[in-house]
Amino acid sequence: MPGLEDLYREIILDHYRSPRNRGELESPPAVKTEGFNPLCGDEIIVYIDVDDDGLITDIAIGGQGCSISQSSASMMSAAVKGQTVPYARRLIGAFKGLMSIHEGEIGGDGSEADMGIELSIDSGDTKLGDLEALKGVVKFPVRIKCATLGWNTLAQALDEASPIT
Amino acid sequence: MTDWAAIKADFPVLKQTANGAPLVYLDSGNTSQKPQRVIDAMSNYYETINANVHRGSYDIAVKATDAIEGARQKVAAFINAPSSIEVVFTKNATEALNLVARSWGGANLGEGDAVVISEMEHHANIVPWHMLASEKGFELRWISVKDDGHLDLSNLDELLDGAKLLSITAMSNVLGTLNPIHRLAEAAHAHGALIAVDGSQYVPHLATDVQAMGADFLIFTGHKMLGPMGIGVLWAREEILEAMPPFLGGGEMILNVTKEGFTTNEVPWKFEAGTPMVAEAVGLAAAIDYLNEIGMDEVRKHEVELTAYALRTLKERHGDKITIHGPSEPAERGGVLSFVYDQVHPHDVAQVLDQKGICVRAGHHCAKPLLRTLGVPATSRVSLYIYNDESDIDLLAETLTEASDIFSF
Ligand SMILES: Cc1ncc(COP(=O)(O)O)c(C=O)c1O
Repeated sequence: MPGLEDLYREIILDHYRSPRNRGELESPPAVKTEGFNPLCGDEIIVYIDVDDDGLITDIAIGGQGCSISQSSASMMSAAVKGQTVPYARRLIGAFKGLMSIHEGEIGGDGSEADMGIELSIDSGDTKLGDLEALKGVVKFPVRIKCATLGWNTLAQALDEASPIT
Repeated sequence: MTDWAAIKADFPVLKQTANGAPLVYLDSGNTSQKPQRVIDAMSNYYETINANVHRGSYDIAVKATDAIEGARQKVAAFINAPSSIEVVFTKNATEALNLVARSWGGANLGEGDAVVISEMEHHANIVPWHMLASEKGFELRWISVKDDGHLDLSNLDELLDGAKLLSITAMSNVLGTLNPIHRLAEAAHAHGALIAVDGSQYVPHLATDVQAMGADFLIFTGHKMLGPMGIGVLWAREEILEAMPPFLGGGEMILNVTKEGFTTNEVPWKFEAGTPMVAEAVGLAAAIDYLNEIGMDEVRKHEVELTAYALRTLKERHGDKITIHGPSEPAERGGVLSFVYDQVHPHDVAQVLDQKGICVRAGHHCAKPLLRTLGVPATSRVSLYIYNDESDIDLLAETLTEASDIFSF
């Protein structure tokens, strides 16, 4: 049976206690989207500024929720700030892979190569490595929705800011 | 004197372990556990008399019909209804509330009318009215909830002025607040309105008398009162049911069908389209027998004592770290305690408790308007029943400390 230490890793608690990019951006010009988890009432608001080159120049996270939803959104914000929209989309895909491929080991071999992006690599000042800490969430299936809430909300924001044509 | 340890032993679910620890079930407000007797009654039904009801002339079909009609009588007696034909079986409380909205509301509400509900309603007593109001254009009015967890009745007359229905819970599923139904019924009637009482949290825990309450409708759900999932009850006064149009159409609810139209069956069958939940009715009847043998006054006494113990223990152990919502006086509330603990998010509290086999609910409890009034996005909720005891509360109080250890800032 997985223990609480698998879920509440130190780095997760750190992001929960000191969330990065917490706040609001003026909207417009920022795109603002809201996500809800009807199960527990968690809410995440994502604000992004995307420039003409498709660069996410700024991101802010609002809302409230449990340690997993809040820390995951905080890590996400750090990972996509200053990155391009296509990169952020790939990262969302990879993160969702991380959340579900290990769930019962169905589909794929669960390797990171499978996810089209290497989660463990640090690139520039974004800390992709932190996201690995959320791997333990898959052992607690009801919490996967908490972990992915911010990411789904970001995906919506990206679609609004930069529609896929 | 009730032997509560023997009662607990009647519930097979509670004999297992969860995550290596004995299961401590503190989520009966969500759904209750079932005593062996209810489970046996239902399997016995399927093993011996299963047949479709009201349409077979052979022995077991007659027995199956007697079984559901016998259950109807048992339910009627349990809530002191004048007649068992006033008892309509539904899928659950939600369906019963939708039946009232669609059938009674559909025929009686229009522009210029008003329905009064309260801020402490379950979504099941909010959304059907929103849905109907958007079609019919009547006004939905809200009784507010005060900081102490009680209804604010200071403007009740104003709210009821011109209203056709007051639809209100007898006990809050978040705060445990017991509402003054008799007084509300008198006020509603004085304004020419009817009163529908959501008894989902009340009927399982306190002796219920629809006549003493002065209710026009009473709604409750079998699975929260030791019975199975899949059966709920709508009780209404006979003349109200008589005047209401049917709800769902199909078999069972008709007397005659022609190419031109149909005539409806008598109440209550007029509202029970299609094959009913016979095994569930049998299970509900067994649950009522079980509760009656303990005695609803004993059930209430046990829960008041346990609620008092829980309020005291949690406060003594955790002091200012814990905020318990709802009335502070155990006699004014049921055994439902919503709390916020040490700024730990309720979902995380529930996770830590689950690790010790303690089942509580975290979230908005299908009562988002109430949580907005309370100013909290979510709470943890403990809800008690006859199989809970002081050791469950002790374990809860002790394990909460672990949540504080992990999340202390
Ligand atoms: C006060 C109240 N009303 C209605 C309901 C709905 O019950 P059901 O889900 O069985 O329809 C509940 C249960 O969650 C409740 O607590």
